[in-house]
Amino acid sequence: MSVITYRQALNETLREELRRDDNVFLMGEEIGIFEGSYKVTAGLLQEFGAKRVVDTPIAEEGFVGLAAGAAMLGLRPVVEIMTINFILLAIDQVVNHAAKIHYMFGGQARVPMVIRTPGGGGQQLAATHSQNFEAWFAYVPGLKVLAPATPYDAKGMLRSAIRDDDPVIFLENLALYNTRGEVPDDAGDYTIPIGLADVKKEGTDLTIIAYSRMTVLALDIARRLEDEGINAEVVDVRSLRPLDKETILNSVKKTNRVVIVEEDWRSYGIGAEIAATIQEEAFDYLDAPIRRVAGIEVPLPYAKVLERAALPSAQHLLDAIHTTLEGAQVGR
Amino acid sequence: MNKAAEEVQAVVTDYQRNLAEEDADTLRHYYHQLLLVRRFEERTGEMYTKARIGGYCHLNLGEEATIVGLMSALQPEDYIFTNYREHGYIVARGVEPGRIMAELFGKETGVSRGRGGSMHLFDIDSHFMGGYAIVGGQIPLATGAAFALKYQERPGVVICQMGDATTNIGAWHESLNIAKLYQLPIIYFVVNNGYGMGTTVERGSAEPDLYKKGCAFRIHGERVEGRDLLAVRDVTRRLRERAEQEHEPAILEAVSYRFRGHSVVDPARYRSEEEVREGRADDPLKRYATVLLDSSLIDEEWLKQVADQVDQEVQDAIDFANDSPDPKLEDLFTYMYATPVANTPGASEAIAAAEQAGGKG
Repeated sequence: MSVITYRQALNETLREELRRDDNVFLMGEEIGIFEGSYKVTAGLLQEFGAKRVVDTPIAEEGFVGLAAGAAMLGLRPVVEIMTINFILLAIDQVVNHAAKIHYMFGGQARVPMVIRTPGGGGQQLAATHSQNFEAWFAYVPGLKVLAPATPYDAKGMLRSAIRDDDPVIFLENLALYNTRGEVPDDAGDYTIPIGLADVKKEGTDLTIIAYSRMTVLALDIARRLEDEGINAEVVDVRSLRPLDKETILNSVKKTNRVVIVEEDWRSYGIGAEIAATIQEEAFDYLDAPIRRVAGIEVPLPYAKVLERAALPSAQHLLDAIHTTLEGAQVGR
Repeated sequence: MNKAAEEVQAVVTDYQRNLAEEDADTLRHYYHQLLLVRRFEERTGEMYTKARIGGYCHLNLGEEATIVGLMSALQPEDYIFTNYREHGYIVARGVEPGRIMAELFGKETGVSRGRGGSMHLFDIDSHFMGGYAIVGGQIPLATGAAFALKYQERPGVVICQMGDATTNIGAWHESLNIAKLYQLPIIYFVVNNGYGMGTTVERGSAEPDLYKKGCAFRIHGERVEGRDLLAVRDVTRRLRERAEQEHEPAILEAVSYRFRGHSVVDPARYRSEEEVREGRADDPLKRYATVLLDSSLIDEEWLKQVADQVDQEVQDAIDFANDSPDPKLEDLFTYMYATPVANTPGASEAIAAAEQAGGKG
């Protein structure tokens, strides 16, 4: 095993997939000569040339639709949307077209396209550049939505996404790019199947459910809780559509208490869907109400103090956990 | 009348052709195609009023020469993307009318297996890549198909059909820019029938000469009389050749007239009776029949025979659609994903819904 960053994991995977399949190509704003706004595509133009690493004009609807159309003829585009905020300019092509084409035309055409895009706040980028729109896309039948939290998962899931024949939204996070984690040395061709959650830490006292950057936070908190004698389980959802209900429910049935932590807005968010699922299918196993820790519902402000207050924090999560554990016998 | 229509008619009067050099059977076949589109659409309108067809339904009546002219210039390797007013295009591409009518009827034997309907006709074998019902939605997709042809070094071009009002949408401008930047083999085929729903071209586009709207992207544009089948065919051939050989995208504006309202249920009160009378008087079928009659390629008896033959073809299509089965309830979820994965939501619910619906039925 070696330790690499989340960014390196993505970069290596893109390189490997470009080598593996001539039909794979990358497309997006500033991904070639500029090497990507967040340098995920660094060095790839040099190695593969302008045919495979395509710089686009600033025209999200145009180039996302272009990628979908190219995919219908057998190419496998991997599109970078600089940040998820800009995907709204392309949402017609994603939702009305890419997500519909296979079903609406009776299975005659496939759209094997991946859209990689980072979401998230905390960089003082203010209201229009700090959002989390994964719930919008997870809502849509026809799409698959992935949100890996670690370099290992990023690699295995990006491979699966590129090799999948459906449109996949691959959610990254600005604050994850420099995080580190272990991946196999031999560059083994492992994949992580789409649609499976992962228990990142086993525990017995309660279940923390998270995805993307919040999984990292949840793991950090779970380790801190051990000093208090609390043994928390961390379920990393990592696939938002499809959602692995079974893994979530199994954990709930074991611990009987749940806190969901998500960076998006609370109302109608991913956590709402998970909470609804749990109460439908594991109501009798719950010893306490399900609690959600999520973003405060404001356009994210610029001022550091306000931004920090609006984003879910370690303290918010700790408070929710302690409330959920009130009256519980911990450390079983 | 549409200003573009007046201008283009003035151009077409001195259009010279030597039909003697052309294959007579092919020329006669075009008429057959024109009439097939006409009858197909007339009977489709009738089937709609009989509630055999649901949803929205937009007819190509009046646009037959535009359609047959375009489609007769294409090659099997070409790909076609259209908007939602597309029945005639897929008929002229040679797809069996029965399968098209079956789609309008929502049957399993339909070209999109009953999942798409009137606005979403698709046939992969003939490279008919879909009718698209979000105005302008097909434009980036078609541009992407042209990108794929070039990427894979395949022959052929892409035809991206759209209506006049679509030239006002952002996707068109973004796509034109990209098509020229990347030098893609595509023709944007704009059918100017004078109206986007009830809005005239002049009220919707600051530049009503639509073929000029590529100038900001250095894309060549031409306008053709859309009621003149051979004129449409010839200019399409020329632009197609150029797109394929030189990877030069182009805009072709075909000026035509919509005989009926925007959709089957639109009484089109925004047009004067006089305008509609004039528009219908210049019938593309009569126009082409006259060309053939004047060249002694056909006679009145031949026209009558073709009419009978086409009537029967369309009746057969309706019969086929009528007799075809509905999609199976248990297939509600089929085609949802190309690559099945674990935990996909909807699959088990779809089975339950099908069982419940079946039980009631």
